[in-house]
Amino acid sequence: MNRREAVGSVALLLGGSILGAEFFISGCKSTNNADNVADLFKPETVLFFNEIGETILPETKTPGAKAANVGEFMGVMVRDCYTPKDQKIFLDGLKKLDIAANKKFGSGFMDLKPADRTTLFNGLDNEQKEYTKTKKKDDPDHYFRMIKELTLLGYFTSEVGCTQALRYLPVPGKYDGDYAYKPGDKAWAL
Amino acid sequence: MSANNYDAIVIGSGISGGWAAKELTEKGLKTIMLERGRNIEHIKDYVNATKAPWEFPHRGGRTQQMIKDYPVLKRDYPLNEMNLDYWVNEKESPYTEVKRFDWFRGYHVGGRSLMWGRQSYRWADLDFEANLKDGIGVDWPIRYKDLAPWYSYVEQFAGISGNRDGLSVLPDGDFMPPMEMNVVEKDVAARINNHYKGSRNMIIGRVANITVPHNNRTNCQYRNKCSLGCPFGGYFSTQSSTLPAAKATGNLTVRPWSIVTKILYDKDTKKATGVEVLDAENNQTYQYFAKVIFLNASTMNSAWVLMNSATDVWPDGLGSSSGELGHNLMDHHLGVGAGGTVDGFEDKYYYGRRANGIYIPRFRNLNGDRRDYIRGFGYQGGASREGWSRDIAEMNIGAGFKDALSEPGGWSMGVGGFGETLPYHENRVYLDKTKKDKWGLPILAVDATTKENERKMRIDMANDAQEMLENAGVKNIKQHNLEPVLGRGIHEMGTARMGRDPKTSVLNGWNQVWDAKNVFVTDGSSMASSACQNPSLTYMALTARAADYAVNELKKGNI
Repeated sequence: MNRREAVGSVALLLGGSILGAEFFISGCKSTNNADNVADLFKPETVLFFNEIGETILPETKTPGAKAANVGEFMGVMVRDCYTPKDQKIFLDGLKKLDIAANKKFGSGFMDLKPADRTTLFNGLDNEQKEYTKTKKKDDPDHYFRMIKELTLLGYFTSEVGCTQALRYLPVPGKYDGDYAYKPGDKAWAL
Repeated sequence: MSANNYDAIVIGSGISGGWAAKELTEKGLKTIMLERGRNIEHIKDYVNATKAPWEFPHRGGRTQQMIKDYPVLKRDYPLNEMNLDYWVNEKESPYTEVKRFDWFRGYHVGGRSLMWGRQSYRWADLDFEANLKDGIGVDWPIRYKDLAPWYSYVEQFAGISGNRDGLSVLPDGDFMPPMEMNVVEKDVAARINNHYKGSRNMIIGRVANITVPHNNRTNCQYRNKCSLGCPFGGYFSTQSSTLPAAKATGNLTVRPWSIVTKILYDKDTKKATGVEVLDAENNQTYQYFAKVIFLNASTMNSAWVLMNSATDVWPDGLGSSSGELGHNLMDHHLGVGAGGTVDGFEDKYYYGRRANGIYIPRFRNLNGDRRDYIRGFGYQGGASREGWSRDIAEMNIGAGFKDALSEPGGWSMGVGGFGETLPYHENRVYLDKTKKDKWGLPILAVDATTKENERKMRIDMANDAQEMLENAGVKNIKQHNLEPVLGRGIHEMGTARMGRDPKTSVLNGWNQVWDAKNVFVTDGSSMASSACQNPSLTYMALTARAADYAVNELKKGNI
């Protein structure tokens, strides 16, 4: 029971449900059909999440979010750890994401080129950062913040993330509090 | 000797119960240790201890089902996926909160010794003298000199790593080599020491993690997964330490699933004769008999056992003749401190996950310092480099973002206070006979809150943290001061306090119940004040001392 251990993990997602009606735009090309929590585990939804994750954390010198299968992890977390209110925000958010893609590029997220996906997400991330800055304590999180946090958590705690993007030491065996570091050295997992 | 007759009965198997069992069995007493919950076998039953992060479906987080099932545990950090089985089933064992009290319990062999924070500090004379000087509560019947040899005794066996800092407020012990501060902590410590000219000190935590091999235990491997149970035996727990020693004597019987419902009392001899046990699995009642009983069921549950005992003589239970049984409940108040960022040291990192932090011993109301409250507080904390969950303001997503998060961020340093809570008579537990637990037993009601002295202290706890960090060069400092909720410190103390007078205390200076001299209570319930140091080491010392006394008294025929 170490109180310091409690600090540092990704903030748990809390909040109520507020949702604009803006996404009920007709003629929008949706590239996901997740209407409820069970749909999150359909192969096409997992793929959709993995593509979302890969846009946030792409393959570089180390594997990306898709290789860590964050798509499946996101579904598990939304199903098990989210309140019904947050589940709704998340599910509605997936539709909003497609609407935003349609508005900007005329097609749903899955049909976008990688560069357009990146442009789209940069915009959505700016939007969530603005929203988060001004939101009241009890307001719900922005859906894109949920997506981003789940991607980061899913990736950096995955085997791929821990052992390739980061350095994983299951049994360090010793402590050195004056350990040399140079730019490019990876952070420790955990 | 018939099957249910022993020389000694130990009720509870946590930190103090384990010590009682070890001491009594090593002194030759046939002893039965009664534990209300299941058995947890050392190493074999630490089922999550060696799992990688990705082997947990929610990566250690909490599900909505867990939140529903654990309405108390969810209030703070203990609720998590990795050691859920070490926490009490709240549906089976409810309690009544007259005022909010976060009671985090572990009902199994080893109790909370498996999940404890392991910080291990001696008390000083100023702590034992405080009640007398302030006219608060009752005077401790012992002083530092009474406990000092027993501190040494338990430190040597448990294995406490620490530095001999030579501070009168926090006496040095018989330590194993200390763990090491990291470079930033060393810098902050030097600056604090320099700025306050030695009147405030930042030291490495003194912790019950062994830094050299000890009694067939492997030294701490710096995994920092202690609360899952350590397959190396790297920290002190009942399982790693006292239980193997007690078992080795051949004198110990451990009986899990044994809820002690009462201590059996003979009013003619004015002694306890044994205990009644409700088997938690088959609901049968059993009786066990012994010459001496050690009650170590944890602060609030030890009071519960006493309240249910000898009610034909004292309606409010064994030890209630003083009117203090169940009263004077204390905890350390926390959730207040400060933290910020540290510039520089970009070429420094650390290797290994140190299961320990820094400690700043009490400095208030000492050496002529006088505040608008009495007593004081200490801090725990540490410095580290930020990880992948940090915000990177100028980056949103993508390759650069990912690669940046794969490297450590800047340094940050934070401290959190642990404040002394005074013993207030009206802070208490009592039997709530309107409600029953799974076994049909009355449950406890808790009615306790912090008061003005604690609230005033917390202002200093936040401001002093900020000021010290500022003086140490920490930047972007933010204070925090949460609503003080008792129980969150998980340092419950004081429901059967020691004292010098049977009219105002439940136990005497040897932890004997005034009204039943062969019953010893040596867990947190015996504390007459709370000081601000983590208390478990003191329970260990009190237990070893009381066990030694009990066996001598037994030999002399006095009990």
